[in-house]
Amino acid sequence: MILGLHLAYWQTSVIRSLGVLVAVLLPAGTFVYIFLFKMVSFMQSRLGPMEAGPYGSMQLLAEVGKFIQKEDIVPDNADRRLFKLAPYLVVATVLLVYLVVPFGPKMRFVNFDGGIFYALAVSSISALGVLIAGWASANKYSLMGGLRAAGQLIAYELPMVLAVVGVVIQAGTMNLSGIVAAQANGKMFGFGGLGNPYFITQFVGMVIFLIAVQAELTQTPFDMPIAESELVTGYITEYSGMRFLLFFIAEFAAVGSFAAVAATLFMGGWAVPGIKFDSGVMNVLGPIVLMAKMTLIAGVIFFVRFTYPRFREDQLQKFAWTILIPVALANILVTTVLKVAF
Amino acid sequence: MSDAPAPETDERRDRLVEVLRSELGDRVVDSLVKPGDDVWVRVATDAWQETGRVLRDALRCNFFDFLSAIDWLPSPFGKSEDSPLDQRPALSTDIVTGYAGGETRFQVFARVTSLPERVSITVKADVPLEDLAVDTWSAIYSGANWHEREIHEMYGIGFRGHPYLAHIYLPGDFEGHPLRKDFPLLARHVKPWPGIVDVEPMPDEGDDAEAEGDAAAEGAE
Amino acid sequence: MTAISDRQKLAYVNAQAADGRVNLEFETEEGMTLNMGPQHPATHGTLRIVAKLDGEQVIHCEPVMGYMHRGYEKLLEVRTYPQVNTLVNRIDWLGSFTNEVPFILASEKLMGVEAPPRAQWIRTILFELGRIANISLFLGDTALHMGGMTAAFYAFRDREFVLNQIEAVTGGRFHPNFDRIGGLKDDFPKGWIADTKAVMARLRDFCDEIEDLVVGNEIFQARTRGIGIIPGDIAQSYGLSGANLRASGVDWDLRRDVPVGLAWDQCDWTVWTHPDGDSFSRYWVRLQEVREATKIVDQLCDGLPSGPIMAKVPRIIKVPEGEAWVATENPLGEMGYYVVSKGDLGPFRVKIRTASFNNISVIPWVTRGVYVPDVISILASLYFILGDIDR
Repeated sequence: MILGLHLAYWQTSVIRSLGVLVAVLLPAGTFVYIFLFKMVSFMQSRLGPMEAGPYGSMQLLAEVGKFIQKEDIVPDNADRRLFKLAPYLVVATVLLVYLVVPFGPKMRFVNFDGGIFYALAVSSISALGVLIAGWASANKYSLMGGLRAAGQLIAYELPMVLAVVGVVIQAGTMNLSGIVAAQANGKMFGFGGLGNPYFITQFVGMVIFLIAVQAELTQTPFDMPIAESELVTGYITEYSGMRFLLFFIAEFAAVGSFAAVAATLFMGGWAVPGIKFDSGVMNVLGPIVLMAKMTLIAGVIFFVRFTYPRFREDQLQKFAWTILIPVALANILVTTVLKVAF
Repeated sequence: MSDAPAPETDERRDRLVEVLRSELGDRVVDSLVKPGDDVWVRVATDAWQETGRVLRDALRCNFFDFLSAIDWLPSPFGKSEDSPLDQRPALSTDIVTGYAGGETRFQVFARVTSLPERVSITVKADVPLEDLAVDTWSAIYSGANWHEREIHEMYGIGFRGHPYLAHIYLPGDFEGHPLRKDFPLLARHVKPWPGIVDVEPMPDEGDDAEAEGDAAAEGAE
Repeated sequence: MTAISDRQKLAYVNAQAADGRVNLEFETEEGMTLNMGPQHPATHGTLRIVAKLDGEQVIHCEPVMGYMHRGYEKLLEVRTYPQVNTLVNRIDWLGSFTNEVPFILASEKLMGVEAPPRAQWIRTILFELGRIANISLFLGDTALHMGGMTAAFYAFRDREFVLNQIEAVTGGRFHPNFDRIGGLKDDFPKGWIADTKAVMARLRDFCDEIEDLVVGNEIFQARTRGIGIIPGDIAQSYGLSGANLRASGVDWDLRRDVPVGLAWDQCDWTVWTHPDGDSFSRYWVRLQEVREATKIVDQLCDGLPSGPIMAKVPRIIKVPEGEAWVATENPLGEMGYYVVSKGDLGPFRVKIRTASFNNISVIPWVTRGVYVPDVISILASLYFILGDIDR
């Protein structure tokens, strides 16, 4: 099916399963190393890890090895079953988001017409996992962290959806492959040389989307749910060993998945100007192009994370409901008018 | 750093004492003014709270420095200043109080500052042993609250009218009052201070006898 | 800097008190008690804060300390005067030299000894270096408490240069133990003054950097402006001192107002105050304090007099009978020693008045009705060091 090979159903299933794991872990690992370990170190005038591998590039494997070796502690008063379930729930949602992200004309897991709707719906399930983790830990800090996370994720789900509506209106489809095609084939006010990447025509939408992503990912300045100086890392306070690692992976894999969605929605996805977007070569080139765009967006996310201080919980809610949502609604209105006009 | 001799009189500090005397009458027991340096006033025990009020309201000493207490009993354990080799001097048990005098073993003292006048005053009050308590200052100077809690646990001096006289540093079930002079400093009893002459005593007959005794005890077991 | 008007301040304070009352009325047995500490990242050690919460709002907040109480006042009673230095170094461990100075000055006052001018100037320089080392860490640390991680690393980076300079003179980075009754242990090493002036220039750059990165940041301002307002009279009544007092609009600096013989009156510097009394102004005043301290060090380095660094004192120091109080403007605020001597080799009683003890005693008052994250920002801006609370 892909690259002219014909495979049995079980074979494609195995390849798809492995593909999802690669698609999740590869960007997550890359971002952790490039941004969390190195870029931040240079921003803070230090070197970061240097011992494991050249320039510390194997540090992540060492960290994973360390976490796997550690004891998996469950607090006495915790709700054991929920406590153990929560990290898997959070990781699963991240894996599911990748299902609808296209990496090439045929490099995709499913071709789903409600793609973007599905991605946003699935990603918000992680709030449930976080809430479960916060409640099941039987720790007041965790509980506060979980509640903050739930409130925050609900508040920022709305501007995110509204920001996406602008793109959907402009593209005329909710299928992520369709949105890529619409950007590659589109014209900006009559000029079609670069296609119509929506980060230009939907700039307001993209800014709102990225701010909402920052909050969804609970990265500074919206990291109250984990706020290490207030809540001692909030809902992950009680987790250790493998389960902490799962939360860690989920956090950075979620950065990857949201970066992938943002790259697809606003930066033309796997398409690149100058190469016909549905030619066969894009099946190989596409994932690399998408990865480069994801890296760019993740870089912005981490840059903001390590530059700004943290909002207060009520200020965050205020920001979402009084600024982001009205602006997003206005954006939809303008997009609709322009869509009809042109 | 100033080479100028200290002035003979100090108007600002004399005024403090005058106002206190006019407000409190003969309940100001004693006072000492060191011109250009500092001023000490001792008031009667029952005038302690009123002194605070006069200082705050009449003298505008709004800034609260500290409130503390002192135990004038010479330490019954000596000061461990001398080498254990030397003969310990005989310990005195006479209570000799400091500036502005005093009649009791315990005194409370506090220091407040008038920021506009740039002058501070130390006030003292005797605390009689039979009724080891004074009135609280915490309603006058909010900062005195914690200082009084500290004094209460360190000296066992009560403060009448204090809202919450609980331990502040020590565990709740701590027994004794550590800053009293008759509270032994256990670290010094376990291992005596070598003193100002830093010479450890040579093992002598006494130590040998002790060691033999230990060996005998072990043998018995 | 726009000031908050008195009226706004009063409205804020009243609203806070009213909130506290309302919540108390609704308080049930189930009201959540949150224990912050003794091990909590925002408490610089082992301070414990017990907060009664209504949702995220604080109804009542009570600091619990004593987890690090070392009983210095008792220990000092069995030390000789020169030995006291080593212990009191550990009170405020970020600006250790500043702890030694008031005790030594009090002892000198009782003995009638005066250190030679050069010693006083060197003391002042080291004192100010201690202040810079201490407060520059505060500047980064407070940002860290509000989630801004990068400023903390900048602070650690630039404090290192100051510590190097202190180490070059005293041999100790944290605990110099350098002051002596009647003077100092040693003189400056060769070339030290030029290095120090370069470091001071660097520190001024650091202050500009902090001004850009933290003070000018909208989120930082949103988190600190109008939060934790302490009016001037409340601050005085609680005995708040140092930058906390000046940030409440009270123009009081012991360095300027109560001369103790050190060389501050020899140079040209400013005492900054801020009318607001909120967390932001406390941060801002401290930032200015570092700038002024670098200026003081520069000027003192230029005009350093020559001469001996030690006055004539007997080999075994006996302090005559008497009582003396000397306080200096330490990085954390007013720190003083009330020394009672009975003519022995060691003090009879020493009352150590530390700044942080008074500074945090205002916490129950100022945290009524604020949110949990504000407790952190108020704690950070009041700036305490646990050794300074617990002694």
